[in-house]
Amino acid sequence: MNRRKFVKKTTLVAMTGIVGCDIVFGSVMPEGYQPLSLQDPDPFKLFDKDREMVVLNDKPWNMEAQAHLLDDKITPSKYMFIRNNGLIPEDIDVENWVLTVDGESVKQNKSYSLQDLKSKFRHHTYQLTLECGGNGRSEFNPPAKGNQWTIGAVSSAEWTGVRLKDILEDVGIKDDAVYLGYHAADLHLSRNPEKEPISRGVPIAKAMQDETLLAFTMNGEDIPLVHGHPLRLVAGGWPASASGKWINRLSIRNIVHNGAKMGGSSYRIPCDPVAPGEKVPDEDMCIIESMPVKSLITYPKSGAMVSEGKKLNIRGHAWAGELEVKKMEYSIDFGSTWKTCILEKPTNRLAWQHFSVNIDLPKKGYYEIWARATDSKGVSQPMLLPGWNPKGYLNNACHRIAVKVV
Amino acid sequence: MGNAHKTYRKRARRLYRILIVVSVLALITAIGAFYFYEDGNGPKGNPEYSDPLEAREVGQMEKSIDSVSGFIQAPGLQETITNCTTCHSAQLVTQNRMTKEGWLSTIRWMQKTQNLWDLGENEPIILEYLATNYAPEEKGRRENLEVVEWYVLEE
Repeated sequence: MNRRKFVKKTTLVAMTGIVGCDIVFGSVMPEGYQPLSLQDPDPFKLFDKDREMVVLNDKPWNMEAQAHLLDDKITPSKYMFIRNNGLIPEDIDVENWVLTVDGESVKQNKSYSLQDLKSKFRHHTYQLTLECGGNGRSEFNPPAKGNQWTIGAVSSAEWTGVRLKDILEDVGIKDDAVYLGYHAADLHLSRNPEKEPISRGVPIAKAMQDETLLAFTMNGEDIPLVHGHPLRLVAGGWPASASGKWINRLSIRNIVHNGAKMGGSSYRIPCDPVAPGEKVPDEDMCIIESMPVKSLITYPKSGAMVSEGKKLNIRGHAWAGELEVKKMEYSIDFGSTWKTCILEKPTNRLAWQHFSVNIDLPKKGYYEIWARATDSKGVSQPMLLPGWNPKGYLNNACHRIAVKVV
Repeated sequence: MGNAHKTYRKRARRLYRILIVVSVLALITAIGAFYFYEDGNGPKGNPEYSDPLEAREVGQMEKSIDSVSGFIQAPGLQETITNCTTCHSAQLVTQNRMTKEGWLSTIRWMQKTQNLWDLGENEPIILEYLATNYAPEEKGRRENLEVVEWYVLEE
């Protein structure tokens, strides 16, 4: 018996000890292979994400970016946040994937293969900003329940697909259509096949916008599995939960869609403002539609030390749900004075806009750079937390970074 | 085959057996030491994770964390692991801060909509555990910025 065989045998004995039973056919196990039960799932490898991304939850998988990771004008997949309500589908059969359109308000049910969708309808590409409704939840007081997103649950990638309105026109929908509800291939956490983890959607008017897509491509490649391969609804500017992943059925409803996570406090806020911590009955909650105006300083990373007398270059992105950002400002004195930044026009509607500015910092010491965007209706980001709501949605308070002049 | 060769093979076999026993013992000790070290030092089994949320929790509370589940070690831990980590991870619990009333309404919501079973006599134990160890803290309307690391910005 040579050394290698000896090592392999003793390792097997030890593994058997850990696994708690004999490893059948252990002797023919390939060298360097770890039994599945011993493998630590590495989410960064699993989802092809940068190692600076932050895991909030591993069942279901939820992961967010940090501000400085979102510096690209078009968000690459490795920096795109992951939000799941259920378990990622395990067997995607692209060849036999069928999209069914049904519901009270279709003239007749209709089904399409992926090939049908790709060949029958014109393709369109838009850069679309998707932000989780709960982005910023971690700051609410009293705390709101759910994944404690800080600032990184936002992305703006380039999506290619067919217009939802082209499909709805092909199917034929009745005049009483109110809402579009999606159904998808993901699994409920309880693994009960009768239950859907999430089945949300958008009002017909949003479904009929030019930019609302059924997408099969993200940043020029097949959509990654974790982001909805092979078919994703993309409704930019709205809570990202409206942009269902792994879509296999669309229901055209004559009522507001009542699927999973459409009721209660899910993706809903008090119709009228409430005091922090107040109890709100279900019937007084309203569905979130457009996301509010917001911005992020993506360069430099917070904690920068710069030499006295040097200008500080900052840049980032700003977005405003359905609206456009009209003005971008920064403050180095906690909001006492504001100066304007250079703000670019969006590539297309619902894409985030880029801003940049060169800043003079008058003397040595600690500074915070605060950023504030204003939308086309004149509404700005608040410096403090906006209105409290039971699930901690829509925190669009100004982003800030810390800087020292040394 | 000669006697000398047989004796040699017998000795070799004995030596081999001893070697196996020694290395298994060494491995068990090493694994034990690893877990012991883990208990004292951090909540995560995988040092490659950087999890600011958990770092913050440990810093604030100075409570010892169960290295396998990630929960705070306190009475009710076992009942909580058994009932609360079948469908979702412990992280969904440990990220959150709620009053007893808040935790109870979360349990009721899961029972109503998410297939959670009746917790029976474990319910008060779990509630007490959660409300004690994962209670809300006053954060105000905006917290101070926390700088993870100061660095020299070269341009």
